[in-house]
Amino acid sequence: MSGHTSSYEPTSRWGKWWDERLPIARMMHGQFVDFPTPRNLNYMWTFGGILMFCLVAQIVTGIVLAMHYQPSDTAAFNSIEHIRRDVNYGWMIRSMHAVGASMFFVAVYIHMFRGLYYGSYKAPREVLWILGVLILLIMMATAFLGYTLPWGQMSFWGVTVITNLFSALDTIWDGLGTGIVEWLWGGYSVSGVTLNRFFSLHYLLPFVLTGVVILHIWALHVAGQNNPTGLDIKAPSETVPMHPYATSKDIVGLFVFIMLFAWIVFFAPDYLGHADNYIEANPLVTPPHIVPEWYFLPFYAILRAFTGSFLGIPLGSYAKLLGVLAMFASVFILAFTPWLDTSRVRSAKYRPWYKIAFWGFVFTCLALGYLGSKPAEGSYVMWAQIFTVLYFAFFFPILPLLGLYETPKPLPRSISESVLGEGGHAMPAGAAAAPEKR
Amino acid sequence: MTRHFLKASVLSACVLACTSVGTFAAGPAVEIEKVQWPFSGIRGQFDKAQLQRGFQVYKEVCAACHGLNRVYFRNLTQPGGPEFPEEAVKTLAAEWPNQITDGPNDEGAMFERPARLTDPIRGPYKNEKEARSVQNGAYPPDLSLITKARSVERHAHWTVHPFLMLGDIAKGYQEGGADYMHALLTGYVDAPADVTVGEGMYYNKAFPGHQLAMPSPLADGAVTYQDGTPETVENYSRDVTAFLSWAADPAHDQRKRIGWQVLLYLLVTTVLLYLGKKRIWANVKH
Amino acid sequence: MTDHVEDANRRDFLVIAGNAFAAVGAASLIWPFVQQMNPDASAKALATTEIDLAPVKEGQAITVMWRGKPVFIRNRTKDEIEAAAKVDPSELPDPEARNAALPSNDPAVDANRVKAGHENWLVMVGICTHLGCIPKGQTMSDVKGDFGGWFCPCHGSHYDTSGRIRKGPAPRNLDVPPYEFVSATKIKIG
Repeated sequence: MSGHTSSYEPTSRWGKWWDERLPIARMMHGQFVDFPTPRNLNYMWTFGGILMFCLVAQIVTGIVLAMHYQPSDTAAFNSIEHIRRDVNYGWMIRSMHAVGASMFFVAVYIHMFRGLYYGSYKAPREVLWILGVLILLIMMATAFLGYTLPWGQMSFWGVTVITNLFSALDTIWDGLGTGIVEWLWGGYSVSGVTLNRFFSLHYLLPFVLTGVVILHIWALHVAGQNNPTGLDIKAPSETVPMHPYATSKDIVGLFVFIMLFAWIVFFAPDYLGHADNYIEANPLVTPPHIVPEWYFLPFYAILRAFTGSFLGIPLGSYAKLLGVLAMFASVFILAFTPWLDTSRVRSAKYRPWYKIAFWGFVFTCLALGYLGSKPAEGSYVMWAQIFTVLYFAFFFPILPLLGLYETPKPLPRSISESVLGEGGHAMPAGAAAAPEKR
Repeated sequence: MTRHFLKASVLSACVLACTSVGTFAAGPAVEIEKVQWPFSGIRGQFDKAQLQRGFQVYKEVCAACHGLNRVYFRNLTQPGGPEFPEEAVKTLAAEWPNQITDGPNDEGAMFERPARLTDPIRGPYKNEKEARSVQNGAYPPDLSLITKARSVERHAHWTVHPFLMLGDIAKGYQEGGADYMHALLTGYVDAPADVTVGEGMYYNKAFPGHQLAMPSPLADGAVTYQDGTPETVENYSRDVTAFLSWAADPAHDQRKRIGWQVLLYLLVTTVLLYLGKKRIWANVKH
Repeated sequence: MTDHVEDANRRDFLVIAGNAFAAVGAASLIWPFVQQMNPDASAKALATTEIDLAPVKEGQAITVMWRGKPVFIRNRTKDEIEAAAKVDPSELPDPEARNAALPSNDPAVDANRVKAGHENWLVMVGICTHLGCIPKGQTMSDVKGDFGGWFCPCHGSHYDTSGRIRKGPAPRNLDVPPYEFVSATKIKIG
């Protein structure tokens, strides 16, 4: 990977014997001990490690919960209460898993915004970025399936609403959508049959996720890490070995993150959940508002922005299909970012207009999240429509146009110059190699 | 990045606030008052005497209609709860009016028997259908999770909302359900002149829609306390709500106690790791 | 030499045929694994259900379960029938009858939503056509929406006394399931 060769030399006979047959220690040493990392990484780069922790924590707590949980429509809710009340430390492990899902999304969203800010998706890291989008999709599917399992009112109605999205395909070909929905449900409505298969898939997907994460790390170690300047590594002196430098920083970031995690687990375990999920699922009573978990709210707002008309344009019977398509498009469009961004400068540090667009985009996502939690009525619908347009406008046309018309600030010649102050002056305007000049 | 974030979010908040003041109108809000509970926030713990009084109110008032099926008699003796003596709870279980259906016996028939420590605290009805037929169509829900299954909604302006949310996390506010319960139990008032209350319904200022099928269950002096606590609706309501909060979250006291130990450990470790990191990076410019 | 070429051709053919057979076998194995997720025999067995309408008085409604879905049966009052009959279907968001017993392009006039001779009985699947919530309007105290029929609390769809969508995000009228009167006061759904 990445042409970096491991400096690992086995010292013992046993180590040598093993190294000739399966050089796994050599590989791990090369990739995670003496791997060169840019010396100027800031704390935003600790979220990769934090996410690795989240994945392992979710798998461990999940396996433990599965030892006590019963995936059946009559027993699921009771078994969660059994875990909360009777299983030794069950209340803690259940909270760790439920809050852990939220913390996983906190970390992944920060990780993604960091990538957007510093241009980490740009060549040669396109595949790395796309694998990241795939990871997000698998995480969303896993979280959605998992939220079904407590079989509370919000679980049941959330699944009903979200699986019903596929029925929008009936607009294209009559019966196609309904057929898919019944196939997903294994019946004519959400039932214990559905719960059972969702449990099976919820257990499966984290391991698929682990596979994609390994590819993501592999792709990262081929291209090497980006850094706050967005400049390529020019000399070995611009890097430090991963261990102990990056690792010592990662673990500080991780522990700060765990403090926040523990705070919520022990002092506000139900804060991120919904009270209705403490009422057992009842197919005959719909809760007054159905809201998904907070990490889906921006996408839910985009879905619901498509009502009878969109900013005055009548949509007629296509409203539902368009809402569903827009919601999926809002995730898939991320995968095209490497090609939508036409700028040759990576980091927003040197892109004054992009910096504004970026923070506007962050605000748009937060606003959509807020609107997703509100009932779809009155001015909320109009604002959701405006922010939906802004969301997509960030990717097109803002990203491509900025690359063409923005004048970046002068770039330092190298990471060394930026960090060590060597050379001390910016590259003269008009220099042949200056990438910011087009 | 953090500094940028603050700057940008404040800026964009101002822009939006100026252009859209008042466009997000709050709905007809029912304001639920926050109560200072002994178990409030990040430090609070249950008050054993209050839980015992609360159980007495449940037993003498609520249990006439409501079950507590997820709480077992044995739970009444466990640490962190009302901690009644085991012998007293055994007697209580044996005398509990709603017996346990067991069986089949040697003749193959089901039979009723007195409850034991290992049995749940049953309500008077076998199932929802029986409850509805006796209660004129209304269903008195099981109370085991009632304080978790209710919450109070925030009706703040959108510019204030995020800060209230962060405040709730920082303060460990988890008592929304309890606040609502207390507001409901003390919220029976005469209906305003322009409201016609439906037949068999009662007016309550805290209930969403204001009309519910449960008549005011509490009255001053209805339950006789042993410990001299004033016998008022206010106290009955607080005590029974505290008891039901414990019933919904019996690990509460242990959770917060362990929480402080975990956070103290994490704080010390994080400081040590940070100092270690500074030492490692001391000679590296970055 | 020629023998050798022929031999090679035959061998090619055999190899291709063998691989093709193996591929077809592997592909057909997918079928049972996809099919196992579709509704099973026990779910399909509950496909029909008989309901006695005698106890439902004028103005009342009942909800019965059919294929795990709630079916709304309302014994409509004269006023409700009249209000429903007055509406011109071409002005509705969904002008189609959505009656399983009728072809799909029949207009959504009230007569096409019920059985002739039993106009007071409205039988519909009680699932909002937007995102599958259960609309309110079955009990006396429920909110019935702006058109006196049903109101979905999830995203605010209003249905009229013929179960047709009048206002809100739902795209279609409530579906009328296949049913028939087996006697004057008894219907069979499914």
